Amino acid sequence: MITAGIDVGSTATKAVIFDGTIRSMAIVPTGWNPKEAGRSVFNEALTRAGLLEQDIERIIGTGYGRVSLSFIDKKVTEITCHAKGAKFLFPKTRTVIDIGGQDSKVIAIAEDGAVADFIMNDKCAAGTGRFLQVMTGVLDITLDELGRLASGTKPASINSMCTVFAESEIIGLLAQEVTKEAIASGIVQTIAQKMMSLTSRVPCLEEITFSGGVANNPEICAILSSAFGAKFNIPNRPQLVGALGAAIVGFETIK
Amino acid sequence: MESNIEPTILSEFVDLRAKSILSILAAKEDGRKVVGMYCLYSPTEIVMAAGAIPIPLCGTKQDPIAVAEKVLPRNLCPLIKSSYGFAASGTCPFFNFTDLLIAETTCDGKKKMYELLSELKPLHLLQLPQTQDDQEALQYWYGEVVKMKERLEVQFSVTITDQDLNEAIQRMNEERRSLKDLQDIAKLKPSPISGIDLLMALYNRGFSIDKKEVVRMVDRLTIELKELHRQGVTPFTTKTSRILLTGVPVGIGSHKVVQIIEESGGNVVCFESCGGYKAVYDQVDEEKEPLLAIAEKYLRTPCSCMSPNVGRFELVERLAREFNVDGIVDLTWQGCHTYNIESFSLKKYLQTKKSIPFLQIETDYSESDVEQLKVRIEAFLEMIS
Repeated sequence: MITAGIDVGSTATKAVIFDGTIRSMAIVPTGWNPKEAGRSVFNEALTRAGLLEQDIERIIGTGYGRVSLSFIDKKVTEITCHAKGAKFLFPKTRTVIDIGGQDSKVIAIAEDGAVADFIMNDKCAAGTGRFLQVMTGVLDITLDELGRLASGTKPASINSMCTVFAESEIIGLLAQEVTKEAIASGIVQTIAQKMMSLTSRVPCLEEITFSGGVANNPEICAILSSAFGAKFNIPNRPQLVGALGAAIVGFETIK
Repeated sequence: MESNIEPTILSEFVDLRAKSILSILAAKEDGRKVVGMYCLYSPTEIVMAAGAIPIPLCGTKQDPIAVAEKVLPRNLCPLIKSSYGFAASGTCPFFNFTDLLIAETTCDGKKKMYELLSELKPLHLLQLPQTQDDQEALQYWYGEVVKMKERLEVQFSVTITDQDLNEAIQRMNEERRSLKDLQDIAKLKPSPISGIDLLMALYNRGFSIDKKEVVRMVDRLTIELKELHRQGVTPFTTKTSRILLTGVPVGIGSHKVVQIIEESGGNVVCFESCGGYKAVYDQVDEEKEPLLAIAEKYLRTPCSCMSPNVGRFELVERLAREFNVDGIVDLTWQGCHTYNIESFSLKKYLQTKKSIPFLQIETDYSESDVEQLKVRIEAFLEMIS
């Protein structure tokens, strides 16, 4: 039995083909057309697996663009999917921290693997990938460079959680000739603080699995992990945890 | 949620708000006075005893908010902005009918907004104490209730007797009884009525000026719903997740969270909030001196503007049990600090009792975050189903 999970995020669209193990995966930028992105990432994943659409018994859609996919059998929210995906990769996971393009979330998982509680950022971009994107824009660096600059430097204090205000604050710091390294470190600290404040509302038990695009950056992972005082499980492909979870949801409904 | 056979009387509730505009016009021509009220702490009985028509004015729509923001800060709660905006823009016919407004010092935002509102209409402000379990607070509040009666007497040149008050108390107790019976119908599993229909009926009946007729209509709706249940007619199944909604006031126009819950496959079976159960679970004692009995009942209202507010915690916990709910959604309007802060304590309180899944939603009246809310609410329903 083979299933597919398609995760249409605000920044990237991901697909996983699953048969009890991961058969193939694909990532494309979402761009302006979530429907197209969903279709093309699915086709790419099928090609990589050497399969045809009719070989797939169930297709589950997730992510904010899940409603725009016409070829899926069912839609499931990314909360449920991230929990499933993380649990599959790291069976002892009790907490998932996910930082995506426009949402960040903390998911508490019960011993039996079910979602016990969750919390998401409110409707602003604080503590999301978008926040980091804007800040790297101000510093004229990439996300990878942000991580490298940030590690091992004493952070400049950045007080604004709001993306717009933080941007002004950083421009002010640059004017005061604060180093790029200190600002980069300060930016990552604000993300850590935001995520810590979310975990005050839900239980945050170990093991903690960190998913979402931001987890691709090892230095940022290390800074967050030390802020939490806990070791993080980092998947090889952290962006794919949601799509993997979706495929597993499909797999379980047939089983 | 599939569309289904509806109780025939429900359509009468749909028209009620529009129809009552005509009856208020006619009553005004006969010399009746109209009193606008904003809050559950304002004793309706006294307005009725003065022979005046009580009308709820709490703003539940997005439309007038832009007008309100010319004066009020943008990051204020939408309920306050909507209430003020309706008054300032002249777009609410009910506000235009009023001869007097009754307001109350609940939250900071409201009491300062009322200062601005008093420039538009005669306004009587009730100074509400901030605590409930205290004889001195009750005495103080009793004094405020007496002052309100005196204000109405002067304003409308009437004398309010104990007999007037007792009659009004009986009528309001009867109305509360009928509204409670209606809401208790949703204890049936599955409920024969959707939360959105229940909210519409509860909200629209407030605009009717004929209290006796309202009681008849509400009782008929309750009987019809019982009958539908007997026949097994319901928009839901026994597997539908049952939700209790608590927190800030909700009305038609500010019902988006209710709608999202039900479109995502849940059923709001109980509104603990102002327009729902909180307004009707408690009665005015008919044996006591009427103004004191009124003061006691109204001061017991469990709102987050009180400190402490244990009454709300106990009520939510009790209703969650009685309505057999699968989850609690605690709604906070952006800028409502009291409900926002209290959400943390409520969640903690509920966890020490029986762990009931709990979701706080913070939003406003706009449609801007509908997709984000859907993720949270759908995920919550996936979690509890």
